[in-house]
Amino acid sequence: MSNHASTVRQPLAPADTDALIRELAGLIVQALNLELSAADIDSEAPLYGEGLGLDSIDILEIALVVSKRYGVQLRADSAENEQIFRSLRRLAEYITAHRTT
Amino acid sequence: MRAAEFLGEAAFLAAQLPTGEHVINVCTDRYRFAVSLAASLLARKVCLLPPTRTPEVIRQLVAFAPDVFCLTDEDDCDIALPQVRCPPHWPSGVGSQGGSWQVPDIDAERVAAYVFTSGSTGVPVPYPKTWGKLVRCVRDGAARLGLGDGRSHAMLATVPPQHMYGFESSVLLALQSGGALCAERPFYPADVCSALEALPRPRTLVSTPIHLRALLASQVELAPADLIVSATAPLPRELARQAEQRFQAPLLEIYGSTESGQLATRRTARDEEWRLWPGVCLTVEDGRAWARGGHLEQPTPMCDELEPIDAERFLLGGRLGDLVNIAGKRSSLSYLTHQLNSIDGVEDGVFFFPEEPHPSEAGVARVAAVVVAPGLDAARLTEALRQRLDPVFLPRPLLFVERLPRNSTGKLPREALRSLAASTSGAASAGASAIRRVRS
Repeated sequence: MSNHASTVRQPLAPADTDALIRELAGLIVQALNLELSAADIDSEAPLYGEGLGLDSIDILEIALVVSKRYGVQLRADSAENEQIFRSLRRLAEYITAHRTT
Repeated sequence: MRAAEFLGEAAFLAAQLPTGEHVINVCTDRYRFAVSLAASLLARKVCLLPPTRTPEVIRQLVAFAPDVFCLTDEDDCDIALPQVRCPPHWPSGVGSQGGSWQVPDIDAERVAAYVFTSGSTGVPVPYPKTWGKLVRCVRDGAARLGLGDGRSHAMLATVPPQHMYGFESSVLLALQSGGALCAERPFYPADVCSALEALPRPRTLVSTPIHLRALLASQVELAPADLIVSATAPLPRELARQAEQRFQAPLLEIYGSTESGQLATRRTARDEEWRLWPGVCLTVEDGRAWARGGHLEQPTPMCDELEPIDAERFLLGGRLGDLVNIAGKRSSLSYLTHQLNSIDGVEDGVFFFPEEPHPSEAGVARVAAVVVAPGLDAARLTEALRQRLDPVFLPRPLLFVERLPRNSTGKLPREALRSLAASTSGAASAGASAIRRVRS
C-alpha cells in the first residue's frame, strides 16, 4: 500500500466531482461577472483562450477565488498547471487533490 | 550574471542578426530580452514595440517596416516573420572572457525604438524614441525611485518587457542603475512571493494595480521588500497603504504613457498629487494637457485630464474621450470599432463602455460591443477579433442585433447602447450554442 503525503486526497466519487464542478462554475461566473449562468458552462470545454475564452486577468481572479475558498495556491511551475485550465473538470480534480478547506 | 558575460552574449548575438534594420523583440525571458535589446543596439537595429503581437498588428508592422524580423526565445514562436533565436545556451567561449570589459557607446541621437499606440483609424501610430532621451528618462527615474544610491537593487517585475512600462522600468532601469534584473515574470501570487523572497536585499517589485490587488487579497505570506513600484492605472490610496504595510516598503507610483514615457511619480499612500520628472513641464491648451521638455522627444498631448497645481505637480483626472485601459493595456474605442468593422460579414458594429467605471469596484471593467452580422456567430466573430486585438479587449458582452440604435443624425447615443447592454434579451444569435449566446 503506497504511503502518500497527507495533501493528496482520494479522488471523489463522480457525484461529488459534479457537485464541485457546479460549485466552481458558480464561483467563476460570480467572480468574473460573466453574462451566463453556471449551468451554461460546458465542463469539458477549455477555460482559457478558446472555449469559455477567459484571459489572464480572469485566471488571476480565479486563482484568488480558489485560494480563498479551497486553500489551494495555484503555481505556474507545477507540471499539472498547463492542464488545470483545460476544463472545469480538470480544475475540479486539481482542487480535490490539493484542497485544505 | 556579470557584465562581461552579458556584453559577450550581446556581441555574439549582434553578429547573428540579419540585414533588416527593424526588429521586434518578443523574448519572454527578461534577461534574454535585455541581451537581444543590447544586440539590436550594437548592430544598429531599431526595435519595434507594438502594443500586441496579433497577426493583424504584425501585418501592419510589415507595412511600416518591410524588413522587420523577429527575435524570440521560444521554440514555437508563431509570428509570421523571419525569426532569429536568442538561444537558451550560448556556445562555449561566448561571454566568458573574464577580466576587463567596456560598455559600448550608443549614439544618443539614434532612434533606438519605435513604440506604437492604437490609432483611431485602426492603424498603430509609431513614436520614435532616441537612445539618449530613453536613457535620460530612465536615469531621472532611477534617482526619483531611490535606486541611484550606489547599491545594486534586484528587480522583479510582473509586467512584460515589451510594454513601455516594462521596457523602461524593468529592463532599462536595471541596466542604467546598475541593478540586477530578474529573468522570470511570475504570475500567480504564490509565485510572485517566492520569486521576491529569493532575491537578495535590497529588492524591488515592479508591478501593476491588478497584480498588487491580487497579491494583497491572496492568502500568501508576503516577503518584505525595499521598494514597490506601480504603474499603468491609478492605484487607490487604500491599496497603496496596505501594500506598504504588508511589504514593509515604500510604494511609488509612476504615471506615464506610451507616447511620453514615464512622466511623474507620487507616494500614493500619502499624496494625491504627482511630481513631474525633472525638466518636464505641463501646459493645458483647449482643455488638453501637453507635456514637453526633459526627456520628451517633442511636445506630446496627454490622453488623461491633467490639472497642473504648480510648475512641478499636477492632479490626475479621468481619461479623455474614448481611451480604453484594461489591466494596463491601452487602446481606444475608435481603434477597436475600426477593427470590428474590418471583419468580413460585419455590416455595422461599435465598441462602447457598458457603464461608467467605478474605481472602487474590485472587478476589471470590460468593454462591450454590439454588432450587426447576420451570417456570423459569436464564435467566428470572436475568433476574427482575436486575430486583431489583444484578448483583454474582447467584448463583454458581445451583442448581436438587427440594427444599431443610431439616431437621426447617424450617431450612437451612449444611453441607447447602455440600455441595450443592460437588457440581455436582444443578445441571441441564431445557431450559437448556449455557452456562446451572449459572449464567447
